[in-house]
Amino acid sequence: MKILRATRMERCIGCYSCSLACARLLHQSLSWHRSGIRIRSAGGLSTGFEAQVCLGCDPAPCAHACPTEAFRQRKGGGVRVKRSVCIRCGECSRACPVNAIYMDAETGLPVVCIHCGRCTAFCPHECLEMIESAAGEDDDR
Amino acid sequence: MIGEEAFRVLLVNLTNGKSEPVLFGDPSEMLGGSGLAADLFAVHGIVDAPADHPDQPLIFATGPLTAYFPLMSKVVLGFKSPYNGQYAESHAGGRLALALRFAGYDALVITGAARTPSCLIVGSRTIEIRDVHYLWGLDVLSTGKHLRRFCGREAGHRSILRIGPAGERGVAFASINVDTYRHFGRLGGGAVMGAKRLKGILVLGDGSSSLPKGNAYRDLYKRVYEKVTQTPAMKKYHDLGTAENMLVLNELRAVPWRNLQTTHDENVHRISGQRFAEELLLRKTACAACPVGCIHVGLLREKFAEQNEFLYRQVSYDHEPIFAAGSMLGVTSAGGVLALLDEMERQGVDAMSAGVALAWATEAFESGVVSDKETLVPLSFGGVETYREAVRHLGLRTNDFYRFLGQGTLTAATHYGGRDFACVLGQEMAGYATGEVFFASQAYGFRHSHLDSAGYSYDQKADSRKSEDAAAFLMEEERRRVQLTCMVSCLFARNVYSEDLLQECLASVGCPRLAESVVARSSEVQAKRWQLKFRTGYNPMDISIPKRFGEISTWKGEIDTVFMHEVASRYQHAVRKLVDARQSARSS
Repeated sequence: MKILRATRMERCIGCYSCSLACARLLHQSLSWHRSGIRIRSAGGLSTGFEAQVCLGCDPAPCAHACPTEAFRQRKGGGVRVKRSVCIRCGECSRACPVNAIYMDAETGLPVVCIHCGRCTAFCPHECLEMIESAAGEDDDR
Repeated sequence: MIGEEAFRVLLVNLTNGKSEPVLFGDPSEMLGGSGLAADLFAVHGIVDAPADHPDQPLIFATGPLTAYFPLMSKVVLGFKSPYNGQYAESHAGGRLALALRFAGYDALVITGAARTPSCLIVGSRTIEIRDVHYLWGLDVLSTGKHLRRFCGREAGHRSILRIGPAGERGVAFASINVDTYRHFGRLGGGAVMGAKRLKGILVLGDGSSSLPKGNAYRDLYKRVYEKVTQTPAMKKYHDLGTAENMLVLNELRAVPWRNLQTTHDENVHRISGQRFAEELLLRKTACAACPVGCIHVGLLREKFAEQNEFLYRQVSYDHEPIFAAGSMLGVTSAGGVLALLDEMERQGVDAMSAGVALAWATEAFESGVVSDKETLVPLSFGGVETYREAVRHLGLRTNDFYRFLGQGTLTAATHYGGRDFACVLGQEMAGYATGEVFFASQAYGFRHSHLDSAGYSYDQKADSRKSEDAAAFLMEEERRRVQLTCMVSCLFARNVYSEDLLQECLASVGCPRLAESVVARSSEVQAKRWQLKFRTGYNPMDISIPKRFGEISTWKGEIDTVFMHEVASRYQHAVRKLVDARQSARSS
């Protein structure tokens, strides 16, 4: 089971192509926020960029905090998301230690990386990659 | 925005502190960017009032493809220029285009003047005019540090604009800094902000919008993205960047050196793109939505005291700034160029205009037209430290001389003498001494910019020396570029976005009627912009090409001034014809 890692952010030029790809391909949106990976500048453009993205915790505090089964543990790290049972309480977002879950102000729903890897094709400098998770094979299918 | 029946425009009135989101025009019939800015100026601009009148608008306009495709990353600023009093456009990237799109506005129109120095903050659910009197007088970089503390949770998803002392004090070529490394540079947008006592603008890109259903748009996006990143189309821009021009043009004898006293210098390798890349390039960065990343940031390390005390500066560079702070001023050290650009950045003056103005001042000083009573420092070509002081005088408008110079080189030359060697083509020249067609195109072009119509390219590539061919080329090239600045595309993508591809892109985001009519509509915008320029006082008879431009030689030999004036005359005639045709079409 692979997870997304922003392993080479020192190469990032701040084009936001990854965020725009996630918003476009997963959320049918044009957005900086509505994306599982969000690029932030760390104190102005002169200090470079960082990626706000799920680190693939196992166990995932967000899944633990979720009062329904909207967020379930994904084998290999991270979570599987079932929006239909989300009550928009925001507990997942508060539980995330790295602020990787964005509560969409317009829909009220959480937005989180699902480690699908579609953004990686849109990074011009290979800052992002899918790596084999230490937690082993997925048996959650 | 897609599917909307009207442009969504935010009108901000700084005088009464109130704002109004309004619906404007019909996006299925009207182009954005240059077109939208001109249409908004026609409604909100005051044709016969001066540029610094509080009610004059500052118009930031995006286009129908903004954020939807790679390199659709620019914003058009429409305003009345304090430099020439005419309707003007300036373009900038950074994150502003996407921030406006995500804030939910096609355009932002700012009128009025704030009672106290202020910062405007705009987002999808935010409009705030914040008192920042304590920032007045601070330079651009310090101001940026303070403004970044506002709305910190949006770091990375916002755009920060600000002006420096030059904008506050009304220097006619004061720039607006956008996200540290980009600018609305030319024709004085910064002075308009200053007249409004608007020190900064924050745009928060905190909203989202929906995309067309189906795969057509997504597939097309991928195709464009691959064309931009996997073909040689954009190599020049992300490799050495436009700085690669310096060696090429010098070889052609087409680089303006020392106030255009010559066009070639064997020391060019010391300020070439290669030298910058090898010795000073720290990293590259990009405008939001551009995977090319052409912004070259140089690292300048400076020893400021004994015992190894160092400071460092990060300064962006390109061909034009290197020409303006380098060759034009006889500065032949790459570090010296960056040091000077850093000072221009801090004061908030347009680098090209300031460099050319100081080049004239240097020749005027050396030839005795002015003395150090005027210049305050002994200007000499290559003197980086005195130039740094002079840039401060220019930004702060220390005395009458710098006040005149801050109105434009020709204003100073008219007062003190030395018009023959004022390198002004409508405004201070750009870094191309390629010959007759370029000189005519900048002098009589809409923005007086090298980017208006590629006259420099005609000089280098065209076989015909017929003035009618040159004028026709300039008019069509201008229309083609207007088409891009209506989208609003980066002009560096002009070889990516062919007419066919633009039409495909427009159709894929739900604008089929615009796609079909984009050529005719861009021609209409071209005419509309010229019409506004004429209505706000443009008279080609007021423009002349100073003697210096006829005194140089390029790879083609001496400048043919007869040909140059023929091109200028035919070009003006073609512009007049375009405007007259529009006027008669509207009145019939």
